[in-house]
Amino acid sequence: MNFFKRYARNYGALIGLAILFVVVVLAFAAPLIFPVSPWQSVGDPLLPPSEDPAFPFGTDMLGRDIAAGLAYGARVSLLIGVISTAVAVVIGVSIGALAGFYGGRVDDLLMRFTEFFQTIPAFAMAVVLVAIFNPTIVSITLAIAVVSWPPVARLVRGEFLSLRSREFVQAAVVIGQSGPRIMFTQILPNAISPIIVTASLMVATAILTESSLSFLGLGDRNMMSWGFMIGAARTMLREAWWMSVFPGVAILLTVLAINLIGEGLNDAMNPHLRGRKG
Amino acid sequence: MNAPRTPLLRVENLSIPLPTGLDREFAVENISYDLHAGEILCIVGESGSGKSMTANAIMGLLPDYLNPSGGKILFRGKDLLTMRESDLEQERGRSMAMVFQEPLSALNPLMKVRDQIAEVMEVHGERNAETRDRRVLDLLEYVGLPDPANLRDAYPFRLSGGQRQRVMIAMALALEPALLIADEPTTALDVTTQAQILDLIRRIQKAKGMGVMFVTHDFGVVADIADRVVVMERGIVVEQGLAEDVLNRPKHPYTRRLIAAVPHREAHDAKAAAEGDLILDVRNLRKTYRSGGGFFSRPRVVNAVNDISFTLRRGETLGVVGESGSGKSTLGRCLLKLTEVDGGQVLFRGSDVVPLSAGAFRPLRRHMQMVFQDPFASLNPRQTVGRILTDGPVANGVSYADAEIKARELLALVGLETSAFDRYPQEFSGGQRQRVGIARALALDPELLVADESVSALDVSVQAQVLELLQDLQRKLNIAIIFITHDLRIAAQICDRIAVMYRGEIVESGPPEQVFDAPQHAYTQRLIAAIPGLHWNPRLAVL
Amino acid sequence: MPALLTLCRQGKILKTLDFLFQRFVKAILVVLGVVILNFVLIHMAPGDPASVLAGEAGAGDAKFIAQLRAQFGLDQPLYWQLWTYLKGVLTGDLGYSYRNQVPVMTLILDRLPATLLLTGCAFVFSLVLGILLGVIAAYRRGSIADSVVMTSALVFYATPLFWIALMSVLVFSLHLDWLPPFDMESIGANYTGWARVADIAHHLVLPTVTLGLFFTAVYTRLTRASMLEVMALDFVKTARAKGVPKAQIIRRHVLRNAILPVFTFASMQAGQLVGGAVLTETVFAWPGIGRLMFDALLQRDYPVLLGVFLVTAAVVVLVNLITDLLYRFVDPRIEAAS
Repeated sequence: MNFFKRYARNYGALIGLAILFVVVVLAFAAPLIFPVSPWQSVGDPLLPPSEDPAFPFGTDMLGRDIAAGLAYGARVSLLIGVISTAVAVVIGVSIGALAGFYGGRVDDLLMRFTEFFQTIPAFAMAVVLVAIFNPTIVSITLAIAVVSWPPVARLVRGEFLSLRSREFVQAAVVIGQSGPRIMFTQILPNAISPIIVTASLMVATAILTESSLSFLGLGDRNMMSWGFMIGAARTMLREAWWMSVFPGVAILLTVLAINLIGEGLNDAMNPHLRGRKG
Repeated sequence: MNAPRTPLLRVENLSIPLPTGLDREFAVENISYDLHAGEILCIVGESGSGKSMTANAIMGLLPDYLNPSGGKILFRGKDLLTMRESDLEQERGRSMAMVFQEPLSALNPLMKVRDQIAEVMEVHGERNAETRDRRVLDLLEYVGLPDPANLRDAYPFRLSGGQRQRVMIAMALALEPALLIADEPTTALDVTTQAQILDLIRRIQKAKGMGVMFVTHDFGVVADIADRVVVMERGIVVEQGLAEDVLNRPKHPYTRRLIAAVPHREAHDAKAAAEGDLILDVRNLRKTYRSGGGFFSRPRVVNAVNDISFTLRRGETLGVVGESGSGKSTLGRCLLKLTEVDGGQVLFRGSDVVPLSAGAFRPLRRHMQMVFQDPFASLNPRQTVGRILTDGPVANGVSYADAEIKARELLALVGLETSAFDRYPQEFSGGQRQRVGIARALALDPELLVADESVSALDVSVQAQVLELLQDLQRKLNIAIIFITHDLRIAAQICDRIAVMYRGEIVESGPPEQVFDAPQHAYTQRLIAAIPGLHWNPRLAVL
Repeated sequence: MPALLTLCRQGKILKTLDFLFQRFVKAILVVLGVVILNFVLIHMAPGDPASVLAGEAGAGDAKFIAQLRAQFGLDQPLYWQLWTYLKGVLTGDLGYSYRNQVPVMTLILDRLPATLLLTGCAFVFSLVLGILLGVIAAYRRGSIADSVVMTSALVFYATPLFWIALMSVLVFSLHLDWLPPFDMESIGANYTGWARVADIAHHLVLPTVTLGLFFTAVYTRLTRASMLEVMALDFVKTARAKGVPKAQIIRRHVLRNAILPVFTFASMQAGQLVGGAVLTETVFAWPGIGRLMFDALLQRDYPVLLGVFLVTAAVVVLVNLITDLLYRFVDPRIEAAS
């Protein structure tokens, strides 16, 4: 189709897709490649990379395999990134759609609420939430969702607000369609592409937030994550650079890949929308 | 008028190729024309004819992806196409200047009017700030702006559309250029403002002896100001000559077609509309907009619809004519309850719909339909034409199968192929889309049709076809139409009665003959005097 | 007085009053909202609010718990507790840190200047550099300079802040030994006057740059996009038609119009900057409230945690308020719109 052709013309987006593919495969295959838990000590402590072919990325101060940590960390990053974004998108779309479609008082109230959440420092709030409810995968996911929905709500509200006054929506009112029907069949399909683009970029931000939280020691104690690995490597910076370098590169590549995909989606989807004025 | 030997501007075999993959190879192809000092040359054509392209090419303002592939643009004998950018910069603003279509976006929103005008003089070497200041004041005065001493310190958003265009003209005149290019300078303006701006341009042109190149789509405007005319179609010059000849004795079939489509008051065979049933009885309708205001300041109040009453019978067409801000569109939206009404009654077949809740009114909606203005925005780009046409009947309880049969019939009725059913709106032209919009309204067998500026976004030849379709359908289906428009010519052509709106009120109403020939209200008189090409009869030209 | 009356009649003063009034009410409501949020969080947390407030360390101290119960009226109805809590916050009482044996407010006020210095520097650094790079990239669109700038922006936009911090310590402090890795001043040096300023500046370089790089990337991308958008607007064409040279068009017409949205966005990002400060201060042992927050996390010192949260929110609200007011002077259109 046209969309895929346009997407494929963007080399950055293709590279992003390739990197993400590798990360996803790694996440799914982690238990197959590394049957032993990443928390388990499997070799000599502090082996530098490629000194022992069994540990191409070296080991940490407790003799845990860095490579295994990287693979298992991918699972946490992707899981939390995707689920927290999904939750945030559901919250944001609901609030934004109601505010934008009904306008007036409803809009005022919902937007004050959204502005409140947008004003307060997001990361500080996530830290407070996770700390108070104890770090578990659920609390981390929800905390990230709670601090990341406002931009979606504002975006969707803006789209709904402008589409609501568009003539084809007015026409739907005139032919007697009901409010909810208009929202779902007339407006939402036309607002979906910016939502998809924003959501894809939000996954990247969520992964960064998750790694920052676990770097501060607010990760789920049962799951190995990239941020935790870097946090643990902090005191060993002088002795074992590889402990912090590789997980950082992993985060960087994953986030970069998702951002590239998001931009590719944006480029591929937007001409379609602009085509109307062409 | 005796034209001098060497023209001020000579366009010679100019060709500008389009990027590959578009519907044609050249934006303009092999076009040639001359412009002499002291004359107004109108370049006229429909959208996509390439008429603005040459104007931009002369000024060297073409977008990066467009480069002339052949020909010359000789300005006072020098070829502008081969000139270096820095030399061109010297000419631009000093010896040739340009006025654009959209005066708001053409002005820098963050710069005071005086600074924008003074900048022209500054970049062309006027170092003395005091001289520049004095000149700005003179210019603003010259283009007829009120209170120039205060107005020069205003930001563009504070000015009205006409005032902004006057500022643009002042800016263009700052260094008394020999050539003034005006690219649809009155298209975004109201008709009375348009008349003033046209007057201004003509007056300045005479006084300064400039050569003016005036790009327009409106033959009425051509009739008002042109000395000579160039007619363009799809990138090619099809006809050129003295205005008098082209307007009254057009030779090329395309020109003839265009002129035949120019809306003009028709001799009406007085229809016996007064005998139809009363469909709509509007009494003292009121709509007020409030904006701004807060704890300390009062809100701004605008009476968009102020105490309006009228009636409409089956088979009758009422034209509601007014300029922007007159409240004519708000009136249409009030009738269909697309916006809250603040007072008065709308009796549809005898019962008042104003107090009805949205839910209670919904079953009645099918009787009152609307045809919208923008053929691009009025169809959902994500739905097929079939879906668009069947949605209405389905929402009103008709089975999809029946709705589909009806939709295909309607497509034929409005002059589209029935295969259009499965295609998306993007695949159609503006005129075809507007036909789909009309079919959508008719799918519900309405008794009242509100057409809000339904043809104003269309090219004149398409406009004529859609108007014809509407009239034709009305004869067949005997529906009542409220036709909202800014164009008196169109109203006069198709309406049985005309209501003139001004600042939320109907200031005058009656049959077109009465409104045109014996306008009572001062505003109506002004409006009629401002009609472009009033003294030219396009019907006689193509007899 | 007549002049004032005329102004009143024009409604200009009243409109401005309205605007100020609205913004102040909004700012106060947000801060109030955070206070209530804090209160709700304390009560939603697993366990007794008193032991939550006391933290893991203080929970063993029965006397302290009893004192907390009395202070917050935990045996009173909920609305009364909220009222007590609000009253406390209004008088500047953010609770007591059992760990540090000082009132939370004292702790925070002690640390706030260091954070303001760091975030302020990072803000200016990233905004200036970001706008500069964005302008260059837009001006030379499609050039090598553009690709280099935009690719770096893309990479830094994807890099975790705490990791850049660690890597810069690794490279510039541990390997090259150019810049000090920790703290705000050299310990035991006791510099005074300009020497002290120079010492702090020396310590400031790495944290500022690390914290700033992410935001530099954001502003670079934003500035470039905004510039390109404005360059496509009609009034730029008007300027060209006037014969204004390209460089002057960029300077006089494009830049101002393009930068306004960047400023808006930057002020909206004030909260993000604080979040970044928590991470930066943690790595560089910078003695600010971010580091305080991290320490509070380690010690489960909740009054400090919530106090820091409230104060950062208040600072962000203040920053937003100031930008809103400044905007009224910079953009002539705002007055008409409000």
